[in-house]
Amino acid sequence: MKQATRALFTVFVTLATAVTLAAPAPAQETVKVGVIQPLSGPVAASGNYVRMGAEIGRDWINARGGVLGRKVELLIEDNKSDPKEAATAAEKLIVRDKVPVIVGAWGSSMTLAAMPKLEEYGVPMVVETSSAATITKRGNPWVFRISPPSEMEALGLEKYLRDLGIKQADFLAVNTDWGRGAVGAFGDVLKRSGAQVGTAEFMEQAATDMNAQITKVKAGGGDTLFLTTSVEQITLVLKQAQEQRLTRKIITTGGSSSPSQLIKQAGAAAEGTYHILFFLPWFPEAMPDGRLAKAFVDEWAKRGHPFEGLTEGFRGHDGVLTAVEAIRIAGKPDPKAVREALWQVSVMGVNGPIKFEKDGPAGKESGQSKPSIFIVQVKDGKIALPEFAAKR
Amino acid sequence: MDQLLQHLLNGLLLGATYSLLGIGLTLVFGLMNVVNFAHGEFYTLGAYAAFAVLTLASVNFFLAIPLAIAAGALVGAVCERGLLRPLRAQSIDTVMLVMIGLWIAMQNAELLGWGGVAKSVPTPFTTEPLVLGAVSVAPLRIFVFTVSGLLILGAHLLLARTKLGRAMRATFQDRETAALMGVSIERIHTITFAFGAGLAAGAGALLGPVFLLYPSMGDLASLKAFSVVILGGLGNFGGAALGGLVLGIAEELGAGYVSSGYRDAVGFLMIVAVLLLRPSGLFARAERVG
Repeated sequence: MKQATRALFTVFVTLATAVTLAAPAPAQETVKVGVIQPLSGPVAASGNYVRMGAEIGRDWINARGGVLGRKVELLIEDNKSDPKEAATAAEKLIVRDKVPVIVGAWGSSMTLAAMPKLEEYGVPMVVETSSAATITKRGNPWVFRISPPSEMEALGLEKYLRDLGIKQADFLAVNTDWGRGAVGAFGDVLKRSGAQVGTAEFMEQAATDMNAQITKVKAGGGDTLFLTTSVEQITLVLKQAQEQRLTRKIITTGGSSSPSQLIKQAGAAAEGTYHILFFLPWFPEAMPDGRLAKAFVDEWAKRGHPFEGLTEGFRGHDGVLTAVEAIRIAGKPDPKAVREALWQVSVMGVNGPIKFEKDGPAGKESGQSKPSIFIVQVKDGKIALPEFAAKR
Repeated sequence: MDQLLQHLLNGLLLGATYSLLGIGLTLVFGLMNVVNFAHGEFYTLGAYAAFAVLTLASVNFFLAIPLAIAAGALVGAVCERGLLRPLRAQSIDTVMLVMIGLWIAMQNAELLGWGGVAKSVPTPFTTEPLVLGAVSVAPLRIFVFTVSGLLILGAHLLLARTKLGRAMRATFQDRETAALMGVSIERIHTITFAFGAGLAAGAGALLGPVFLLYPSMGDLASLKAFSVVILGGLGNFGGAALGGLVLGIAEELGAGYVSSGYRDAVGFLMIVAVLLLRPSGLFARAERVG
């Protein structure tokens, strides 16, 4: 008992010291921007790439002299790939660090969990990755999204549907708001274009064995499989699909498939797969602002970041750029002023022009930008623009 | 019918991995009465150890597995000497808290050392599947299945047939009597924990190449291992082996014929049912070790 008491005391002293040491230094002359990303857990790879991109965004802005005559400082929090942690991180950034704006929080379920905190405390968030439609439809006027919702992605694919030759499609998606939303959105567009929609299967975010789902899809008899999840699970699904000889056209959605990483880790299993993306680091000149895209790819390489992270990393850059531009327009790092200013933002990101339009119930609209959407294919172990997409 | 056969084969292969995860835990849990929350971390450790010797030291794939087991056993022995030995007289709750601490510390050390980005382990096996009539399977999975079976059998024989195994069982049944009979109690504690940790590391080295490596990979492994131990009964070796197969096949059929969104729920529902109807485990005999 005595030992236990002593142990508890040690824990208490350690924690107390840690908290005291971590307390922010008094009144630095910086403008703070909060960032919430999954830096650990099942989707950590993506979150870390977004963080790297955000840091490039910060350094470029500071090299140009910062904002309001001050340097930009990023306060980066880990949501551990867990919605509960995302809400905690948002509260910490708002209450303790008093950030005027947040960029986050990668996964739709994580973003949705952080959103009530934005409304509670009145702080805007630039959503850089999440795809679930509900994010901008819930009537949360503090949300400004620069990534496309699944509906917008599905519409972007619509013009290629005939070229892809889809007659019957099945779905395999992560069992989150993102995955379930994508199944609905792509299903609607397919049905409208006359294609049949077969089975929809789901997998837990941390699941590693998807053989049951693949066996079921295989028995369905479609010609195309839409795959919506993170790059880690896509790798596993492609490998396991190869083991079961699943011969389908596979199309990944959500832009987080990192095809270069798939080629590295899934090898031949990635051959022939299609990927919907929002950045083409292989062909930066094809981006709306080719020079900016090229500069970003070069800077990424200069920092020694892995190439395969670029399709995710640009989101961090564009998110920070948007948030800081709003602070500049607002003229002060005040959350309410920054929210008003976000409506006037019009900047060129790595993805393309960023400008918000109203989305959601009248009077409580969220902001939604209209990003550029691309499709690529893995051909002979390399990334290529499919012929039909290259023509347009 | 083809679909059912493929589901059963998938379930069997998956179940064998669960069995392998379960036996190390059931050993430490059932014999030593230590709830090893860090079990999954020894699994992760084994996977990364295999990855390290394969890619950094370019060791042969088949040699990497015993090396990973040795690494797991070594770290396990150190943890036993450093953490568990001083707590020998403490209650099971205190030990549990320390193990939770070890779990968090090990996972964060892996994150610090390897980064959060998933890694894939190269193997000498072809990725072309073996086609057996209507079903197909990757050669690597057959290898993993076979080695898992051998490891389970070897562990069972060691425990049941050797002098060391007898000393282990005797120590945890009645330590005073065992000590009087000349068993070195402290040594047996260290060996048992190292043995359990080595089995977990072996599972990691075998399954790492099948799946992907990332620092939190042990969480799912721990969860499945605990499920298997509960299904099979504490300390019951055969129970853990069978429990793993039952869990694997149940999950697979649940996902295939009920709903893939509730795949894990099928397994857990089964555990709830077992706990309600046969609280000492599905395969518990009247008497059990520990």
